[in-house]
Amino acid sequence: MTTTTNEVPLPRSRSGRERLVGRGLTYLAATLLALFILVPIYLIAVSAFTPRDSAFDFPRSVIPTELSTDTILFFLNASGVIDAFWRSVIVALITLALSLLIGAPAGYAIARYAFRGRNSYRLVILATRAFPIVILAIPLAVTYRLWGIDDTVIGVALMHTALALPFTILITSSVFISVPRELEEAAQTLGCNPLQAFLRISMPLALPGLAAAAIFTWVLSWNDVFAAVILTLREPTLPAKILSALTQSPIYFQFAAGFVMLVPSLVVIFFIRKYLLGLWGRVVK
Amino acid sequence: MTARLGWAPYALLLPSAIFLAVFFAAPMVQAFALAFEGPDGGFGLSNVERMFGDSSFRSALLTTLALVVLVIPIQFALAMSMALVINAKLKGQGMWLYVYALPLGISELAAGIVWVSIFTQSGWLNSILIGLGITDAPITWQSAETPWLLIGCVVIAEAWRATSIIMIILVAGLQSIPREFLEAADVYGATNWQKIRRVILPMLRPSLQVALILRTILAFQVFATVIALAGSGLDVLAGEAQRWATDIDNDNVAAAYAGLILLLSLFSTVLFLVLLPTREEHQA
Repeated sequence: MTTTTNEVPLPRSRSGRERLVGRGLTYLAATLLALFILVPIYLIAVSAFTPRDSAFDFPRSVIPTELSTDTILFFLNASGVIDAFWRSVIVALITLALSLLIGAPAGYAIARYAFRGRNSYRLVILATRAFPIVILAIPLAVTYRLWGIDDTVIGVALMHTALALPFTILITSSVFISVPRELEEAAQTLGCNPLQAFLRISMPLALPGLAAAAIFTWVLSWNDVFAAVILTLREPTLPAKILSALTQSPIYFQFAAGFVMLVPSLVVIFFIRKYLLGLWGRVVK
Repeated sequence: MTARLGWAPYALLLPSAIFLAVFFAAPMVQAFALAFEGPDGGFGLSNVERMFGDSSFRSALLTTLALVVLVIPIQFALAMSMALVINAKLKGQGMWLYVYALPLGISELAAGIVWVSIFTQSGWLNSILIGLGITDAPITWQSAETPWLLIGCVVIAEAWRATSIIMIILVAGLQSIPREFLEAADVYGATNWQKIRRVILPMLRPSLQVALILRTILAFQVFATVIALAGSGLDVLAGEAQRWATDIDNDNVAAAYAGLILLLSLFSTVLFLVLLPTREEHQA
């Protein structure tokens, strides 16, 4: 803070004590908000890591008396769960690969070239967000039956790629904008062709941002339940499997399922925490 | 910015354009074709009429609207509080941001189940209420007999799950407010509340608008949280679309539901664009 030159009359300057109280209240608000997020995560973890029978104890003790993997193992060994788990992993990986393969070049073009139609393309990509994804799954299910890829991993992955692609394009373009163009030009004057300049200079610099984009795509696919329920029947992904098992399964099955679905998200958000503002903040522009 | 290869950007864009045309634009058009397909294969309103006449239609529409109207204000109040806390530069700023952003990666279904463990009859909430001596007998939160309690459960679960995205957009918006504006307000002795009302909120308008539009579109599609918490106790539009597509196996009526969700989303987008105009001179 600069000291004022008393030319401007200060109507009311706040005392140190007031500031301290304000600071304390801010910490209190911060803590309460954090508890609202964290306590439910703690409670589902306790639900998942206590023995199956304790789901019927009442009232339940918030501090677990006995930890066990009984509930989690029961869930993982339930018929079809492991298959669905791997299917989800494969769908997410295909989605990740496809959306980067198709989206990153587009993102690069928008970031690096001034060309006719650049802004309109950006606008079209932005506008895709105004369309609810729910609407895609039903007509795609009809199309997939014609193509013979209904109820397949690849069908779900293609639909997830359609959801992720606008994201990937916007994120990768902002990543490439942040990599100085001059470096690439310098490489070209030193004898690289544009492709080499990209592979040797821009690509390595953009890698952390691209990894964040990839991880985000992965989560998007891992979490989708609506499209998966519509597009699969006998070959469900994990969320689709859990959703259809929900009504006939014991409550401890649900607790373990909720926890298993939740864990990857916690880890992923941890790894991309630095990029969160960049990933989402830019949607305003 | 001159490129030597004039065709290069188009070649780079082409795969994404083709992909989006096949897997995004075509299904959008096809959804309406399915919804307005008559019994003889031509144009007809029979599917739409069937949707309107469906016994769950009214409750699905009303519940979805109720959820949107209840969840959005709560989420914005929470997200704004979180964003202001982040912006206050407390110790461990990164940790607070991480904690508030955690639900960003949590799926609708997982979030629904997390709150089932809390609201179920022998769940955490009743355990805590009895432990504290607030009630003697467990309260039934999730019953189709008390739809408003069920809606309350879903609202809380959705507020928990989907506030992060708004928070992130608002934090990014707050960081783009020039420091001088707030310092000037400080110099003139503005209280925190005055700073929020007179400086922060007006400057945050573009971010608020984007967050409102995004979040409302997502709220109209609420699905798995409702299924997890309410089962068949509450009908919502996306749930009906899914029921018609998979259980009843009628893609036409399902597409009509999906089309209705699309129309509601577009309508709300236009509404927010009109109600919260962001004039260019505000940013200048």
